[in-house]
Amino acid sequence: MEGTLLIGLYVFVLAMFVGFELITKVPPTLHTPLMSGSNAISGISIVGALLVIGRAGDAHLMRWIGLAALILATINVVGGFLVTDRMLQMFKSKDAS
Amino acid sequence: MEMSGFSTVIPLAYLASAVLFILGIKRLSHPETAAGGNRLAAIGMLLAVIATLLDRAILDFTWIVAGLAVGGLVGVVMARTVKMTAMPEMVAVFNGFGGAASGLVAVGEYLREMQSAEVLAIDSGVSIMAGTLIGAVTFSGSMIAFGKLQGFVTGNAISNPLVKFSAGILLGFSVVLAVYLVGFESNLVFYWSLIAAALILGVLFVIPIGGADMPVVVALLNSYSGLAAASAGFVLENNALIISGALVGASGLILTGIMCRAMNRSLANVLFSAFGTTAASAGRAADGDRVATPIEAEDSAMVLGYASQVIFVPGYGLAVAQAQHRVRELADLLTERGVSVRYCVHPVAGRMPGHMNVLLAEANVPYEQLCEPEDVNPDMENIDVAVVVGANDVVNPLARDDPSSPIGGMPIIETDRAKTCIVIKRSLSVGYAGIDNPLFYLRNNRMFFGDASDALARITEEVKQL
Repeated sequence: MEGTLLIGLYVFVLAMFVGFELITKVPPTLHTPLMSGSNAISGISIVGALLVIGRAGDAHLMRWIGLAALILATINVVGGFLVTDRMLQMFKSKDAS
Repeated sequence: MEMSGFSTVIPLAYLASAVLFILGIKRLSHPETAAGGNRLAAIGMLLAVIATLLDRAILDFTWIVAGLAVGGLVGVVMARTVKMTAMPEMVAVFNGFGGAASGLVAVGEYLREMQSAEVLAIDSGVSIMAGTLIGAVTFSGSMIAFGKLQGFVTGNAISNPLVKFSAGILLGFSVVLAVYLVGFESNLVFYWSLIAAALILGVLFVIPIGGADMPVVVALLNSYSGLAAASAGFVLENNALIISGALVGASGLILTGIMCRAMNRSLANVLFSAFGTTAASAGRAADGDRVATPIEAEDSAMVLGYASQVIFVPGYGLAVAQAQHRVRELADLLTERGVSVRYCVHPVAGRMPGHMNVLLAEANVPYEQLCEPEDVNPDMENIDVAVVVGANDVVNPLARDDPSSPIGGMPIIETDRAKTCIVIKRSLSVGYAGIDNPLFYLRNNRMFFGDASDALARITEEVKQL
């Protein structure tokens, strides 16, 4: 078990570095879409919510907790990606000049 | 191992979705590719969800379908109806929901593990406690940030030693509880107390922070929502969650750092100093000696209409007055007359990173016309007119001239060096930093008193008459 925790830490730290590299390249103009888009990605806990419901079996409290988590995470994911898309459509070049 | 097919496919699908997230964020670095990048990330999410549904531990799909339907519907409605000016509120709410979801996953796992074991295994125990704490703090903190942005909760910085003291006590209390729950026994009452303490902690963490420091708080909570997802990933031993959480955590941290640098303040100063409540009347005594020269629509139109280079400097007041379309109408009119127009956006203008850029994009301002302070400042003497719309502290020359002022050293847009500066503002009142702005009294500065939207409309009418 401790092996998995350790591998998890490796993955976490390396992914942080990837994140730092990627995000420093995003220009300030796009910081709001970056936030709402990355926010939608943090809705990945939807996966966790699905597993909690799936494993709940007859445990009612767990199932309700899983359902609450699933609804919140789904709002986060669906709303986050859609609103980011809405914003980014506005950022496309209008070629005014 | 009869299901070995599935048990390799699922982690591989998670890996693919992590790759899609990374490629998606990479494409966010340019306006032309950003929308595609966002869709790539969305596909990654869909893939992760489908892979999870293949998990054979999941037997009953009724609750899952119900949850996805309700959440999806609410998400669509929120995303479609939100106004662009309300984007900070929206992001704050979504941060909170993401944090709550991750926290609830940790709670669910705690309940499950309690059924089978008297004492938690140390590694899953630590992950569960961390997930619970971070998730709860992210949730309640984001809700308070939302309340402040929306005006339900006072937007002012609240400076009260009692707040800091109680936060310290609660933090200690939570850590002790968490250590006990992991090290000694599983106890539901203690666990609920831990959640309650963490929720209050989140409130106390955001309550003292004032309105204009919200960009930092929103960015930091964004980072927390990522860390919450990562800790849920540790709880479930799921690398997709760990990677995505780490990416978002890094993103939020970088934005937090950028915001702090743009104000020349440390994160600790933003979080704990209750900025704007002290040092208020520092430079206001001399009001009587100085005269701010007002200007009306007709004269503004003259100055602008015959200029060759104009910059607009938008601030939070632009968002409040919903004046982004008005600015663009005026700018278009000036462009037709052969004036070169740009928009200079300070990183901390507005209530979240990039807030002004989104509003200007909504008003169809081409992003090529947007620029940053360092693009404009070296060349400021050649700018004929700088129009400041609803901004204050980000154009305050004291930041440059007086290192001892509360905003000393903060990078500003030096509109005081432009040939003419027009400030559109309701009054001469101080900005968020609570200090006077000497710009208003300079010889090359004119004050246009009034609502930003109304003022811009009047100037536009006058320019048409020229």
